[in-house]
Amino acid sequence: MAAQLEIPAPPPAPSRSRARDTRARRDSRAGLALVSPTVIVVVVMVVLPVLWALILSFQRIRLLQIRRLDILGGEYTLRNYDLLINSSDFLDAAKNTLLYSVFGTIGAIVLGLCAALLVRRSFRGRGLVRGVLLLPWVAPVVAIAFVWQVLLSPQLGFVNAVGTNVLGWDSPIPFLSQEEGTITIAGISIGVPTALLMVILFEAWKSFPFAFLFILARLQAAPAELEEAAMMDGATPTQTFRHIILPQLMGVIALIAVLRFIWTFNAFDEIYLLTGGGAGTEVLATQVYSFLTARNDVGASAAVAMFMAAVLAVLLLVYLKFFGERDRMQ
Amino acid sequence: MRGSRRYHIEVAVLRVLRPLGIAFFVLITLFPFYYMVLLSMREISEVIENPAQVFIPLADLSSAAYERVLKPTSEGGEGFVRFLINSAMVGLGTVIVTLVVSILGAYAVSRLEFFGKRSVHFLFLSVYLFPPILLAIPLFVAFSKLQLRGELWVLVIVYIAQTLPICVYMLRNYFETVPVSLEEAAEVDGATRLQIIRKITLPLAVPAIAATGLFVFMIAWNEFLFALLFLVEERQNWTVSLGVSQLTNIETPATTLMAGSVILTVPIIVLFLFAERLMTEGLTRGAEKG
Repeated sequence: MAAQLEIPAPPPAPSRSRARDTRARRDSRAGLALVSPTVIVVVVMVVLPVLWALILSFQRIRLLQIRRLDILGGEYTLRNYDLLINSSDFLDAAKNTLLYSVFGTIGAIVLGLCAALLVRRSFRGRGLVRGVLLLPWVAPVVAIAFVWQVLLSPQLGFVNAVGTNVLGWDSPIPFLSQEEGTITIAGISIGVPTALLMVILFEAWKSFPFAFLFILARLQAAPAELEEAAMMDGATPTQTFRHIILPQLMGVIALIAVLRFIWTFNAFDEIYLLTGGGAGTEVLATQVYSFLTARNDVGASAAVAMFMAAVLAVLLLVYLKFFGERDRMQ
Repeated sequence: MRGSRRYHIEVAVLRVLRPLGIAFFVLITLFPFYYMVLLSMREISEVIENPAQVFIPLADLSSAAYERVLKPTSEGGEGFVRFLINSAMVGLGTVIVTLVVSILGAYAVSRLEFFGKRSVHFLFLSVYLFPPILLAIPLFVAFSKLQLRGELWVLVIVYIAQTLPICVYMLRNYFETVPVSLEEAAEVDGATRLQIIRKITLPLAVPAIAATGLFVFMIAWNEFLFALLFLVEERQNWTVSLGVSQLTNIETPATTLMAGSVILTVPIIVLFLFAERLMTEGLTRGAEKG
């Protein structure tokens, strides 16, 4: 076997370069052939539909007309975008989407970071704990959204039962249908967007395992010597964390932040299932859905969705500008 | 230095906080699942009377909600057996096609230099950039126009497109750990590219392929948006996710909803426990470097 692997005596230079040429060409052809099924599926099912959605967003199309619809024909108009800019519903949804994505992402990362630091060093049952902490992320969103809904229900919910019986609340709080509540701390009342806060909490709870998983993997790949040296020099655990551990995690945290932001920004299931977009939780994704199904307005729904894609494209470009340089250097 | 006051205080505080923190996280992740199972086995009248009760004597548990959920509609149930079969078929169809296509793609991306390799990466990235709801509009319109929208195989095609890029990514990460020298040896012996993939690369990658397949199955099983958009009018084609989401009308008690949720969740958790280590390693392998 080993004998066969040995490189044969080098033939004269010109023929060797020709051999490398054909080898490269053969590889290139094989590569294209092997990757083409994937590319075809992605182009047909993702790229072309997105381009078509762009066209749809400039047309006045109602769902009832689609049987007769001519794919590219029809008049082009800015009416859908015009409608959006002047719609307070759209602006509210855009604002909610931003709050939901920013705080959902921050919440998931903070929880994930804490969990990863806690589980980092070995202890009995660590493997099991790690598996358990991943459950919110792997479980079907429909199931866990309904559990939260039942837990938070004013009539039969566990949270309200504990709140009224144990914590002395005056009345149950309709967590998912109250647009604005007030919290009174030390005599000062603060307005709180209750339902929006709940869907953000849900998002943070459901997604922290993703951050946990990646941060933990990074922590375990970090060399122990640096920390040991810092400890030897008298650094306390919090100092070690701030000056040694956290800097090593910044790359992976930035990556998680971008991915989580995109996914939270796009999220539909969570809000649709928890509140149906009511009580001040309407986001762009649920608005696209209601334009498409309840209002039968394909053009307007496509316009909202294109706006979402445009925002993400801009953010991604900004990310690549800041972090792409560094990646290329590595 | 090492004996500084602050150092000792911090170490002592952390020694107490760490087990508490771990317990906190285990509690917040497990409690909702426990509550789901608990509620699915209680009587709804008892739940309304005493919602905060979290320990129930075994004798008081009932399986009535499960019977209602699983029984066919003709017998007054919700017909979930049918939905389970639909979900399993959609999942398996997605897994098989996605794996075959992505194995070839991942092999090409990890082993071969070809024209346009960089733009292929960009193409895959784009699948994650575009909101699924944006894709849903043209696909919804197109399949409505073709009058194919309620078909299960249409859903399978959509899921294949959604899972292919992540599969290529996970498998590529794995292929890159398989030494090239084995393949080169086979090549010297005159094996063709497809023979090499089938005889050398695949047998070595079986665990990774199994884990990737399970991951795809979980995505297909959990998916909700496209199932809702495409199938909601075709009850006999509902997946379990969609079936559970339609249990929320006034007449359905919360206990039935929770029984449906348990039926939806259990297969996923079993699969996950089965392949957790492999699946998570396949996902994070790229992240460890930076």
